[in-house]
Amino acid sequence: MLEIKDLHVSVGGKEILKGLNLSIGAGEVHAIMGPNGSGKSTLSYTLAGRVGYDVTGGSIIYKGEDLTALPTDARAAKGIFLAMQYPVEIPGVTTINFFKTALNSQRRARGESDLDAVSVLRLVRGKAAALKVPEEMLKRALNVGFSGGEKKRLEILQMALFEPSLAILDETDSGLDIDALKLVADGVNALRAPDRAMLVITHYQRLLNYIVPDRVHVLSAGRIIKDGGKELAHELEAKGYEQIIKDAA
Amino acid sequence: MSAIRETADQVATLGEKYKYGFVTDIEMEVTPKGLNEDVVRLISGKKNEPEWMLEWRLGAFRRWKEMTEPSWARVHYPKIDYQNSSYYAAPKANPKLESLDEVDPKLLETYAKLGIPLHEQKLLAGVAVDAVFDSVSVATTFKKKLGEAGVIFCPISEAIREHPELVKKYLGSVVPVSDNFFATLNSAVFSDGSFVYVPKGVRCPMELSTYFRINASETGQFERTLIIAEEGAYVSYLEGCTAPMRDENQLHAAVVELVALDGAEIKYSTVQNWYPGNEEGVGGIFNFVTKRGDCRGRDSKISWTQVETGSAITWKYPSCILRGDNSVGEFYSIAIANNYQQADTGTKMIHLGRNTRSRIVSKGISAGHAQNTYRGLVSVHPKAENARNHTQCDSLLIGKSCGAHTVPYIESRNPSARIEHEATTSKIAEDQLFYCTSRGINQEEAVALIVNGFCKEVLQQLPMEFAVEAQKLVGISLEGSVG
Ligand SMILES: Nc1ncnc2c1ncn2[C@@H]1O[C@H](COP(=O)(O)OP(=O)(O)OP(=O)(O)O)[C@@H](O)[C@H]1O
Ligand SMILES: [Mg+2]
Repeated sequence: MLEIKDLHVSVGGKEILKGLNLSIGAGEVHAIMGPNGSGKSTLSYTLAGRVGYDVTGGSIIYKGEDLTALPTDARAAKGIFLAMQYPVEIPGVTTINFFKTALNSQRRARGESDLDAVSVLRLVRGKAAALKVPEEMLKRALNVGFSGGEKKRLEILQMALFEPSLAILDETDSGLDIDALKLVADGVNALRAPDRAMLVITHYQRLLNYIVPDRVHVLSAGRIIKDGGKELAHELEAKGYEQIIKDAA
Repeated sequence: MSAIRETADQVATLGEKYKYGFVTDIEMEVTPKGLNEDVVRLISGKKNEPEWMLEWRLGAFRRWKEMTEPSWARVHYPKIDYQNSSYYAAPKANPKLESLDEVDPKLLETYAKLGIPLHEQKLLAGVAVDAVFDSVSVATTFKKKLGEAGVIFCPISEAIREHPELVKKYLGSVVPVSDNFFATLNSAVFSDGSFVYVPKGVRCPMELSTYFRINASETGQFERTLIIAEEGAYVSYLEGCTAPMRDENQLHAAVVELVALDGAEIKYSTVQNWYPGNEEGVGGIFNFVTKRGDCRGRDSKISWTQVETGSAITWKYPSCILRGDNSVGEFYSIAIANNYQQADTGTKMIHLGRNTRSRIVSKGISAGHAQNTYRGLVSVHPKAENARNHTQCDSLLIGKSCGAHTVPYIESRNPSARIEHEATTSKIAEDQLFYCTSRGINQEEAVALIVNGFCKEVLQQLPMEFAVEAQKLVGISLEGSVG
């Protein structure tokens, strides 16, 4: 599904990712853990194609296609979804209108017909109920005045709505209360499918009790320095990054 | 269902840059270039006007000759040669038609291209359309229904002939003949426009709309509109316009006068989309407009809503004179300037009566090399006890080469007045664009979506069908502004 080879990425002229390798097969869930500033969000923005994240070397192959030249919206239409660490507020644009615009943009890019307002509302309602997102929230301006946890839940609601092939979750668990964490994990697990891959970025092993990963990677200073199974997360929790990084060196 | 929700669809269906750039190939009757008393007489004669009207025009013309063009606005343009323009154009076949079937099919085609569905959709939507094609009105619908309610809605040229007592009483009573250079010019040579009279206690049974088109090359367009709402009457008037693409600059100097008597309410909405010139700043309409409403009666209300996306230069300050006690003036504005457009627009709220209230919401969007100026006056006169004003003035910048300027003038001569002014300036944030595009929305659609969100308070003031059109225009007029 996703094949990243020797990826170098610079932001503002500074190299952040320094030869990152990562391979995720269809149907797999991978977790990335790593200290603050190690480049986790940089990786997720690069996968989504954010302007300013310059790929200076290496390749990103998604479903056999090199992504590096593809603009952000085209990647979304091809099934790449990023649940952001810091979702953005858009004043004056209602959440439901935003969902409809996004959904139909993706559909159009894939040559599918638009969904009308009623169909979108029906679709969103069903998914929102499962995530306990109240209907009133859908009528408010996107993310404006939403609590941290509400914003994260809205990200997962969008994931459920767009049904991406590759979902990247950047610290979706931070800011969630325990009940919400379970809801979100259930939402993610419900989407696990043989033709779908997920990359879960987190600081806490707790999330991985609910979303059990196939592989865990440790990112440090722009490189993956250690890979393992789900037990690696426990090891990290016990030893801390410093020790693991030392051991790997 | 909220019109805002439809933004995405609306914006997405628009591909072309300025899709209204075409010229209808209809034979025009045009006066020779130049302006003198004979031209004024000729215009008056074409309209079969009574003697008093001709005298009124000539009086205006004589004053105009003594006046000089104002230069205080933050706009720059080459000197206009008023003698190198023609002041009257009419389609040659000047028809008096009973039904639309008799209208020149070419005209109907033009309307169709403009998306003005005179034939069916307006009928279905219940909107009476007084379609002004250049200077002569050729089709008026819904006259009967309005007639039953006692509402007069007709071309002003007809009103001059059929309702002289009303025209004499109110024409120039809000914008005096010698008010300003452009208004005086208009008074001398106005071609046509709309006249609305809503009698006492009548709520006008439908939204009134007029579509203006400028279609004759090098012909100034001088619309004149007069709307009178008698005691307790209500009317909502919609004005919308698009013009064909042209290289020459075209002067447009309209005058709109509104009169609201005791307890009356007038809602005047405009979507303005005249040709703004090309990406290099060549061509485009010069729009110098005088719009003023007089809340003459107590408890009256006048509300201006405008969406200005077109014209090379806009000079426009729809104003309210709050003369009656407890009267209310409102001004909701979206002004978009892209490429080399220059907009200097705002409002004047003149508080004369007691307990008068005014509210100003201005949303200015600048992109490309455009300059966008909000210029607003709030004036409280000594007798205006307890006057209230709230002004909200927000600017949004797209790109680095554009400018936004806010010039508020506040004059308070009554200590009980309360005047509040809030202003913000912001940019479309890169993270907002990234968020939208990461969900599959393309860049231009994302800009349109964000800008429509920014303008929401004003868009909500528009009648439904105009809100949809306005949202489209926001998208079109900002195409290519980011990237
Ligand atoms: N525009 C920029 N210019 C220079 N450095 C930048 C820029 N943007 C990000 N960085 C740096 O890149 C590094 C990686 O940032 P990134 O956000 O990817 O870290 P992260 O692993 O997601 O951290 P966290 O766990 O705190 O979310 C940080 O040191 C950050 O300061
Ligand atoms: Mg991060």
